[in-house]
Amino acid sequence: MTVSETKTAKQRRADGDTPLVELKDICVSFGGIHAVDHVSVDLHPGEVVGLLGHNGAGKSTLIKVLSGAYQMDSGEIRVNGDKAVITNPRDARTYNVETIYQTLALADNLDAASNLFLGRELTTPLGLVDDSAMEAECRKIMGGLNPNFRKFSEPVSALSGGQRQSVAIARAVYFNAKILIMDEPTAALGPQETQMVAELIQKLKAQGIGIFLIDHDVHAVMELCDRASVMKNGQLVGTVNIDDVTDDDLLSMIILGKNPSQAAA
Amino acid sequence: MTETTSQPIPSQPKRSLFQQLELDVRLLGMIGAFVILCIGFNILTDGRFLSPRNLFNLTIQTVSVAIMATGMVFVIVMRHIDLSVGGVLAVSSAVMALVQTKFLPTYLGLGFDNPLTWIIAIAIGLSIGTLIGAFQGWLIGYQSVPAFIVTLGGFLIWRNYGWLFTSGQTIGPLDKNFLVLGGVNGTMGEATSWTIGIVAVGISLWAMVASRRGRIQHGFPAKPAWAEGIVMGIVTCTILGFVWILNSYNIPTRKLQRMFEAKGEVMPEGLEVGYGLPISVLILIATAIVMTLVARRTRLGRYIFATGGNPDAAELSGINTRLLTVKVFAIMGFLCALSAVVASARLQNHTNDIGTLDELRVIAAAVIGGTALAGGAGTIYGAILGALVMQSLQSGMAMVGVDAPLQNIVVGSVLVLAVWMDIQYRKRTGTKL
Repeated sequence: MTVSETKTAKQRRADGDTPLVELKDICVSFGGIHAVDHVSVDLHPGEVVGLLGHNGAGKSTLIKVLSGAYQMDSGEIRVNGDKAVITNPRDARTYNVETIYQTLALADNLDAASNLFLGRELTTPLGLVDDSAMEAECRKIMGGLNPNFRKFSEPVSALSGGQRQSVAIARAVYFNAKILIMDEPTAALGPQETQMVAELIQKLKAQGIGIFLIDHDVHAVMELCDRASVMKNGQLVGTVNIDDVTDDDLLSMIILGKNPSQAAA
Repeated sequence: MTETTSQPIPSQPKRSLFQQLELDVRLLGMIGAFVILCIGFNILTDGRFLSPRNLFNLTIQTVSVAIMATGMVFVIVMRHIDLSVGGVLAVSSAVMALVQTKFLPTYLGLGFDNPLTWIIAIAIGLSIGTLIGAFQGWLIGYQSVPAFIVTLGGFLIWRNYGWLFTSGQTIGPLDKNFLVLGGVNGTMGEATSWTIGIVAVGISLWAMVASRRGRIQHGFPAKPAWAEGIVMGIVTCTILGFVWILNSYNIPTRKLQRMFEAKGEVMPEGLEVGYGLPISVLILIATAIVMTLVARRTRLGRYIFATGGNPDAAELSGINTRLLTVKVFAIMGFLCALSAVVASARLQNHTNDIGTLDELRVIAAAVIGGTALAGGAGTIYGAILGALVMQSLQSGMAMVGVDAPLQNIVVGSVLVLAVWMDIQYRKRTGTKL
């Protein structure tokens, strides 16, 4: 994979550069259940790190700590080497962390532009919401992302799955994300739209954005990611370079919780 | 899509007259039902229902419930409910009555009908309503007690605080300046009413032109100019027609005579003076404009609707939904107190049973006006129209002479029927929500 940056993510890692984001020793428990148990992962600029695991392995919980939806019990988040305090989604946004949730997190009764700018509305000098400006911006970004998108004045409940997904993606991409979290972005999509998301990931990568990609599909992870971190029962099984492993290695990590590097050593 | 012909999809699907006018079809349906209701009552009462006198009274009777209904729209859109509005109205009214008849004149020595009295009383009343609302909102938003329970408790609590404060007595007469806000005792007169009407038409037309220009500037589709013209015509006729009706209700000759005598003048023979716009109606109109502006053009309104549509999405978008709940209930409390001003001024006294059952009227008005209990959908103008429909039904039946139990049966049935028809309409058109 050729990256137009001076350094690839791989080189950065080899040189020991400060990662874009580090989640260190994160613990989250819900009433005695350790949903996330001393897990550490990191991410470099221009890198895609896949998070794999069964349902309930704790990958979504881990990532919601970074996006501000959940609070961690212990551990540390570092962004560009500095300790980051993220207690709610607003904090996450100040660190340029953007999230595309599996549920898409769209307000169904509002139109695309209102959803795109939800929580960050453009306003007129009087402080009123500037719907025309937002619709214009929305038309601009959707034109690049999904040229077939037409329904700008209808509530997003009237949109197809793929169109809704493009609204959710547009929202994450529009605001200069540095760290992008994608929680099963292709789960509701057809083949063509899945391809669109794959191309988008390559494009964002080339811009130096770090991406956490949560996915069930091992093949998708093999295709899109540079590294993969596998979780099982709240614990980290291991993090591997995609180039060094096969589909079967990843599957056995997911199912059996076996780390191939440990087995080799 | 019920048509299964193999014909290509027409390039311009927007063809029907209503669609080109871009009018709210549900609003039109409600207006249609309201018009039929009015004409029906008018026939049954031999023309008394649509007389200027009755329309004037209907308008000022609707104001109190309509003001609160605008706030209830926000509460219901947020997927909450407020059963305490009648109680909050009662306690605010009680406090304001005590302040203006006992506290200020006697204890502070301002005397009766001091020009400051009404301002201080209203300021205290509005603060109390807002505080009660905010407190209930805090319990709901931050302590996670369901709104139904908090406000059911409030329903019992607040009204009875009013009872405690006043020992259940009727407090009055209220301050002379305060009474002006009640309706019949404070109207703008014919000339001022026409001026206000014409200014309102001017502002409305200007806003519509500006909005259209904005859409064209951005290159967005705009409706055809003739459709815009028709809508402008309808708006102009509605505003001026409303002023005309209120102006045609003349002040009774005896009352006019007394007004002249009070000024020490002699009334000219055969003089006829219309009431014009009541100040209470102006308060309602101002409330409606502000609330509509909040709903459509502010972040607060956008967040209220987003939270109603999908609370999780709102939270994940960084919206502080807890604080938002406090704000919405504080607004509701403020509007209850504002209603208390209008209601007690209209009755000229604070009575112990003021606002009884208003919570149900207010909720019914909002729901008939198209506010969905599932949250996320509702309009301010719909709620006001809903309040007007409810009040028309009630006073129309009273004029016809329908028995009291039957009146309630009809009102209850209309509420259920309205919501049922709305659901059928949505099924038919396939609109969600």
